[in-house]
Amino acid sequence: MANVAVCVLGSLGYDRAAQGAAGAGRALAESVGGELHALVIGPAEDDAVAALATVADRVVVGANEALRDYQPEQALQAAQQLHAAGGGDYGAVLLSNDTYSQEIAPRLAHRLGGSSMADAAAIRMDGDHLLAQRTAYGGKAISIYRLKKQPAVVWLRARGFEPAPEQPSAGEVASVDLALDEPRIRITGREMAEQEGVRLEDAQIIVSGGRGLGGPEPFRELKKLADSIGAEQGASRAACDAGWVPPNWQVGQTGKKVAPELYIAIAISGASQHLLGMGDSKVVAAINTDADAPIFKHCSFGIVEDYKAVVPLLTEKLQAIAR
Amino acid sequence: MKLLVCLKQILDPDVPARDFQIDPAARAARRGGANLVTNIFCENAVETALQFREAAGGDVKITALCYGESSAEDCLRKAMAMTVDEACLVERDGNTNPDAAAVGRVLAAAIRRLEQDGGAFDAVLVGRESGDWGVGQTGGVLAEELGRPALGFVESLQPGNGSVTLRRQTDVGIEVAEAEPPFLVTVTNNEDNVPRIPKTRDVMMSYRKPLQKLSLGDLELDSEEIRAGSSIFEVEEIFIPADEVECELAEGDTLEERVDQLAKRIHEVVVSIG
Repeated sequence: MANVAVCVLGSLGYDRAAQGAAGAGRALAESVGGELHALVIGPAEDDAVAALATVADRVVVGANEALRDYQPEQALQAAQQLHAAGGGDYGAVLLSNDTYSQEIAPRLAHRLGGSSMADAAAIRMDGDHLLAQRTAYGGKAISIYRLKKQPAVVWLRARGFEPAPEQPSAGEVASVDLALDEPRIRITGREMAEQEGVRLEDAQIIVSGGRGLGGPEPFRELKKLADSIGAEQGASRAACDAGWVPPNWQVGQTGKKVAPELYIAIAISGASQHLLGMGDSKVVAAINTDADAPIFKHCSFGIVEDYKAVVPLLTEKLQAIAR
Repeated sequence: MKLLVCLKQILDPDVPARDFQIDPAARAARRGGANLVTNIFCENAVETALQFREAAGGDVKITALCYGESSAEDCLRKAMAMTVDEACLVERDGNTNPDAAAVGRVLAAAIRRLEQDGGAFDAVLVGRESGDWGVGQTGGVLAEELGRPALGFVESLQPGNGSVTLRRQTDVGIEVAEAEPPFLVTVTNNEDNVPRIPKTRDVMMSYRKPLQKLSLGDLELDSEEIRAGSSIFEVEEIFIPADEVECELAEGDTLEERVDQLAKRIHEVVVSIG
């Protein structure tokens, strides 16, 4: 293998996920003595391109105006052409874990005659093959996959990787004009979910509630706790499916994969599918009535107690400490 | 219109972690006492297709397709009991853990065969990922094998004027798209596409509906080439992670003391973040 490419969407900029993907890419490139290239799908802010140039040896931007608003077929065409424009000799093409990257990855791999893999938490080269570690069976197992064809096109659990280090000299930046067809599936509207505060994926502290809360009202009590320590709020699938909180609060296998410094799980038993979404948290604390709940096998500290008794008192104490 | 839904039979993902075991030689989960079930996102896809047919007011034919062992006939019968019109099983011979490339190639060949006989499918629906390996690559691979445009994480299809309106979930909200057939979607779950429980009468009827069986030979595919030649990935290793952390439970004689200890621990972490 020669070089490594990190493929980012211009509209998302050089966010924490892209930084992690670039960090993973740099480590992989160094391990094989290759360069790290950044392939940017669509126009990006100048500072995002500049930031990419500080960490990559080469940045290729597909700056067609048509790519400003994401359309899957065109983004895919763009990724394929950027791959060629960057030199094409990539052993690996890495993407972040946003929805768009997730849907592009397997199709891009197929078009490039490579192998694809999803949600990798660790990657390394073994000869010509990339090995990717990820969870399997809803978080009950860890599997390591051997990707047998090149390039290995992998979307990563990107925030779990250290950001790419700055290089001594900035990489060259090239802008290319791409040939794009009219798409036969066209995204015509977006209804963005209300976003208070930062995105869950970027949160430093998360207070999450689960089935044991029994209804929507207790989430208001949890909000006070969250506010006292500057936390965002999340939830388990059970709480979202029940309609107690919006679907975009969901942390888990089919929800968000978060990696905060502190994750407080309240009335969440800790099904493997939930653990899969928050397993990368640095410190986990749990409040649950059931001492045998699996969450207590996955937390640093906790309390076996009814949240109703704990949360108001805890909030009061944290508010007092803050003062 | 014609819709096709792809199904996968998997080990029941709700097996508790304490009963879950790995077969090291097979590099896969041991079945143990677990049931085989239809992957939930595939059932969401069936439900999404049925709701499209209801919204379109008839004249929509739905076919279910599965590449699996003979036991997967149960998944197809259940889909027909949910009122899917017909089904096709491509029998898997010995390839116990086919990768996404293998599955994509087999499904594409089966779809082309079914289309020769009965006309093109306007939409192909695939679950977003499976509850066993959960790699989530089959939909994308299949779209490329068929050369059709695709959209991921779709939660509903609505009939439009010559096109189909899709709603899908992204990490920043809902997106609405217009799709010109033929196309492919991967389906995710929401509160509206929870799979229906089949009625007793429909369960009986499902045994009268046509279930076609095809072998890889019928599709002019070479099973060894599918198994090894075109494979893009394989499981190198699989293990059950050790419970890594020891939980320190708040101690104290009174609730007040215990919560106080918890508050101090939380505060320590919050301060360290800065």
